[in-house]
Amino acid sequence: MDAPVGLLTLPGRTFLHFLTYLGQLSALMRELTIALRSRVWRLKLVAQQIVAIGYGSQAVVIVTGAFTGAVFTFQSYAKFKEFGFETTVGAVVSVALCRELGPVLAGLMVAGRVGAAMAADIGTMKVTEQVDALRVMGVHPVDYLVLPRFLAMMVSMPFLVAESVSFGLIASYMVTSVGYDMPSAWYLTHMIDHTNMEDLTIGMIKGFVFGMLITLISCHQGLSAENGAVGVGAGTTRAVVISSLVLLIVNFFLSIALNYIFPIGTV
Amino acid sequence: MAAAPSMSQNTAADDSFIELRGLHKRFGRQEILCGIDLTLKHGETLCLIGPSGEGKTVTMKHVIGLLRPDSGDIFVAGMHVNKLKEREMAPLRQKVGMLFQGGALFDRMTVEENVAFPLWESGLRDRAEIKRRVLEALEAVDLAEHLHKYPTSLSGGMRKRTGIARAIICRSECILYDEPNSGLDPIGSDIIDQMILRMQKRYGVTSIVVTHDMRSVFKISSRVAMLYRGKIHFLGTPEQLRASSDSVVQDFINGRSDVTG
Repeated sequence: MDAPVGLLTLPGRTFLHFLTYLGQLSALMRELTIALRSRVWRLKLVAQQIVAIGYGSQAVVIVTGAFTGAVFTFQSYAKFKEFGFETTVGAVVSVALCRELGPVLAGLMVAGRVGAAMAADIGTMKVTEQVDALRVMGVHPVDYLVLPRFLAMMVSMPFLVAESVSFGLIASYMVTSVGYDMPSAWYLTHMIDHTNMEDLTIGMIKGFVFGMLITLISCHQGLSAENGAVGVGAGTTRAVVISSLVLLIVNFFLSIALNYIFPIGTV
Repeated sequence: MAAAPSMSQNTAADDSFIELRGLHKRFGRQEILCGIDLTLKHGETLCLIGPSGEGKTVTMKHVIGLLRPDSGDIFVAGMHVNKLKEREMAPLRQKVGMLFQGGALFDRMTVEENVAFPLWESGLRDRAEIKRRVLEALEAVDLAEHLHKYPTSLSGGMRKRTGIARAIICRSECILYDEPNSGLDPIGSDIIDQMILRMQKRYGVTSIVVTHDMRSVFKISSRVAMLYRGKIHFLGTPEQLRASSDSVVQDFINGRSDVTG
C-alpha cells in the first residue's frame, strides 16, 4: 500500500524539495548581499582565492578552449569547403567561441575544478565544526567563507573566459593556416570583420553569471554538508552536477535574452 | 499565558549568568530535549553528565546560539539568545567562548594564527599587542613553544589546549567545554582539568563542561547536572551526586550497565 502512495506523492515531494532548495539558495544570496554591503571584504582571502580559482584554473581552461577551437575548425572546414565557404571558418568559429563555447566550456571546467574544491573545503570545515567555531568567534560563515570566493570568482571568470576564447581562436587559426594551408589573411579578415564588441560582451556577461551560480551552488553544498566524510563527498558531487546542469540550462535562456539585447549578425 | 521574559526581568531577578527555561528540541522524530530548566551563576563551573546521545552537547550549543530551540527561552548575560538573529550574536559571543570536542582548529592556520584569529576578527590590528596576548594565552596552556606548528602535527591534547587558548584569548566571561578530556591519557586529562580550574580561579570564568570523565567531574565542578531521557534527572553538588541513592545516577557514576553476559 505504501509503495503506490509513495509513487503518487513523489512529484509533490520532489517539487517541495526543489522549492526548499531555491529558498535556501535565495537565503544564501541574501546573506551574501549583506556581506557585500558590509564592505568588510578580507582582501587577503580574496587574493588567495584568486590564485586558487583564477591562476589555478588556467591550464584546464586553456587546454579545453584550444582543443575545442581546433576540433570545431577541423570539422567545419571540411563541410564549408564543399560549399566553397572555407574562408569564413574564422568568422564562424570566432562568434561561436565568444558567444557560447568560450564561456560555457570555461564555466563547466571551473564548475568541475573550483566548484568541487569549494564544496569539499567548506564541507570539511562544516563537519569538523570549524564553521561552528567561526560562528562562536562572532564571524559569519558567509562573510568569511563565501564572500571572498564570490569576489575572487567575479575577478577570475572574465579572464578565464577571455583565455578560453583566445586560445580557441589561436588553435583554430593554426589548424587552418598550418593544417589546411589557408592564407592567414583570409582567416583573420573574416574573423575580425564578423566578430564585434557585442559578441565579446555576451561572453563576459555569461562568465559573470556562471561564476556567480557556481559559487552559490558549491558554497551552499559545502555549508549544508552533514554526516562526515560521506556527506562531504556527496555534497561535492552534487555541487559539480548541479552547477554543470544549471549552467547549461541558464546558458540557453541567457542566450535568448542576450540575443534580444545584442542581436547576432548586426555589425 | 505569561508574557515572554524580557532582558531586564532576567537580570533583575538574580545574578544568574545563564538561564535555560523549558528548553525543547527535536531532530526529526527524535525529541532530544524535553523541557530543560537550568540556571548558572557567575563564576560557577557546572558539569553536564549523562549517557551518550542524551543532548548534553545540544544543550550547550543552545547556550551560545549554535542551535535554536523548538520552544523555551535562553538567557545569557541578560541577552535573550533565542530572540537574537545570527548577525546580532556578536555581543553574546564576545562574552562566551567554546572549546569544541575535536578542537575545531583551522587546518590552514598555525597555532599562533588560530589563537590570534578572534583578536584579529574583533578588529585589533596592533601586531605587537596580538603577539603578546597570543603568547600569554599559549603560556597559560603550556604551548608557547609550539607557535608555528599546524594543527595536523599536534597531539589530541595539544589541539584541545590550543582550543582553550583560542577560547580564553578574548577574556570571555564564560567558556563552554565539549568533552575536553575525551581521547586523552590520564596525564593529559589532568592537565586539561588544571586549565579549567585555573580559568575559574584566576579569571572567575563561568563554565559548562560536558564530560563523561567522573574523576574530572569531582575535581572541577561546583555543581553537576545529569541529563537523562531529555530532562535534568539530577542537579546538585558533587558531594550530593556521590551520596545520591538514585539508581540511574549510581549506575552512571560507577559505570554499571544492566547488560548481562
